[in-house]
Amino acid sequence: MQHLGFSTNKLKIGSFDFTCCEGCQLQLANKEETLPEFLDLLDIRNFREISSERFDDYDIALVEGSISRSDEVERLQAIRKQAKILIAYGSCACFGGVNSLKNHFPPDECVHEVYGDSPVETLPVRRISDVVKVDFSIPGCPVSKDEVERIVVSIATGAMISLPKYPVCVECKQQLNTCLFDLGEVCLGPITRAGCNAVCTTGKTACLGCRGPAEDINYRSFRELVKEHGLSLDEMEEKLRFYNCFEEFRDDES
Amino acid sequence: MTKVNCSIDVHHLTRVEGHGNIHIDIRNGELVDAKWAVVETPRFFEVMVKTMSPARVPFLTSRICGICSISHSLASIRSLERAMEISPPPAAEKLRLLAMHGETLQSHALHIFFLAVPDFVDTPSVIPLVESHPHIVQAGLRLKAAGNAISELVTGRCTHPVSLVLGGVSKAPDKEKLEALRAQLDAVRADLDTTAEFCSTLQIPSFVRETEFVSLRNGNTYPAIGGDLVSTDGVRRDENDYLAMTNEYKPEFTTTKFTRLSRGSFAAGALARFNNNVDLLRPEAVSVARQFGLEPVNHNPFMNNIAQLVECVHIVHDAIDLIDDLLDDPLNELKTPWKPKEGAATGAVEAPRGILYHHMEVDRHGTVCRGDCIIPTTQNNANIHHDLAALARQAADEGKDDQEIRQLCEMLVRAYDPCISCSVH
Repeated sequence: MQHLGFSTNKLKIGSFDFTCCEGCQLQLANKEETLPEFLDLLDIRNFREISSERFDDYDIALVEGSISRSDEVERLQAIRKQAKILIAYGSCACFGGVNSLKNHFPPDECVHEVYGDSPVETLPVRRISDVVKVDFSIPGCPVSKDEVERIVVSIATGAMISLPKYPVCVECKQQLNTCLFDLGEVCLGPITRAGCNAVCTTGKTACLGCRGPAEDINYRSFRELVKEHGLSLDEMEEKLRFYNCFEEFRDDES
Repeated sequence: MTKVNCSIDVHHLTRVEGHGNIHIDIRNGELVDAKWAVVETPRFFEVMVKTMSPARVPFLTSRICGICSISHSLASIRSLERAMEISPPPAAEKLRLLAMHGETLQSHALHIFFLAVPDFVDTPSVIPLVESHPHIVQAGLRLKAAGNAISELVTGRCTHPVSLVLGGVSKAPDKEKLEALRAQLDAVRADLDTTAEFCSTLQIPSFVRETEFVSLRNGNTYPAIGGDLVSTDGVRRDENDYLAMTNEYKPEFTTTKFTRLSRGSFAAGALARFNNNVDLLRPEAVSVARQFGLEPVNHNPFMNNIAQLVECVHIVHDAIDLIDDLLDDPLNELKTPWKPKEGAATGAVEAPRGILYHHMEVDRHGTVCRGDCIIPTTQNNANIHHDLAALARQAADEGKDDQEIRQLCEMLVRAYDPCISCSVH
């Protein structure tokens, strides 16, 4: 078959979810205007949320969510064994995501607070790459359908795959937005990897860093920036913790 | 001849959001066991909100659900605004209602076309329908796209809203884009007709189990954000009395909680909203309900699919009027300034799948110190569980084979449009 003039084979794909909101796989069904063409690239072998037919002969596994239970570890290992390419997509899969905020509380307190005297099993939240080898990561909360589509098409056509190395600030400036720092908010745009088209800052809310760190970040000068604007370091810390993807910030500080 | 034995196990039911299992066991005509067990992994959002700044909370709680993130964001916002006595400007309230409409339209379209319809035409997914029923799939995609277009224009994107903030909204949509959105909604009115015509050819299973239906009601408009908590058994309570309306408990075979009110279980969702608020639906929506013989109080859970379609009709027409209203508004006052203060309150909204409660408490330091979220699917789980037993018994009495009973049971669960990962948050 042909896609944009390239000959391709249909990709045998499986989509799997772990601890998460399933919002990333929902993005796959978005961008309705190109959905039939996108689906035409794929031979969907296993995708519980949309189909009752499930087969275990997929080559590419799209994995969403983080790992927080022992049965999830086993299921993920079986997927890794089958898949030639395993793609972690979404901030939960790539970094642990918001689920990791739980790790700041003692496990017993979590279970007792929500379930009282009827305990359920829960482990500290881990990223997909903490458990199995990940071939490629697509960050974002949620992922952008454009980016997933571009990467899947690249795999189908054998093209190079890469994510932007520069920060969200670059995309935000291209949109001619007023800087959130000048509006009195700590914004993680200067240190977060671009590729989201600065969607949050364009909507006049601060970047919370869902795409993880951009490359070659100067954390010290970011902290200085926050101080220079007279903004709260506590607010900065709360935002850095949000998706669990800036631990190296602290490594850099120490 | 009556069939006396039946054993069904569905592990990780497909075409629903999240992970749930069905187990049915009938021996010698007696129902031995019927279970709806949720096996989703809990994430502990109620713990995560503790110690967080109120401003950050809606951005966290929206992540409870990938399908109804706008509802979660607005439930937290309503709860915290009521707790800290913040009144959002009227233009922001209109934009929030429009955002809810967008989310419900995309969610209902996703459910009707992608999740529910394949059962009625006997295919494993929507994909074969692209070939066999192209005009239906196209209509479904256009309706879903219209819902997403609303959410995207009003909140910045269709999942995990950007511009819904405490005090109001952070940014107004561009008026030219609002005009274009209005035209897009006007165009999908024809797709609603196509869908209604197609759905009238589907065989809705005849199954009735008398049920109590719970929803919001404000008496002025079809419910979306805030109001009294009402039931078809005559219960009416204040929004802050959500605990008396839900009475959560946890059975040992499932990771979600169950709820009850006047009976052993109750139902929330499109059919519950319809049953409690039919007088507030737009006439265009009432006329579609009539085509299907849908009248309150309807006790057939499979009719929830049709109630969702009726709501899509209501939403498209109401959204067009809301946009006309917004086009006449200067949209220059969008956010009320606020400072954190001590307080506690409930925020109830009608998420696509039913009534959703967030209850937040802010301490004297201006930090959130307690959170509680009760999800529509959590409220439906017990009702699904009891319906399954009654449905399996009825189907076995009618002499249906295991495969037919299994299919009916799966369709029943899907009719509730459960959002399981949401229910185990």
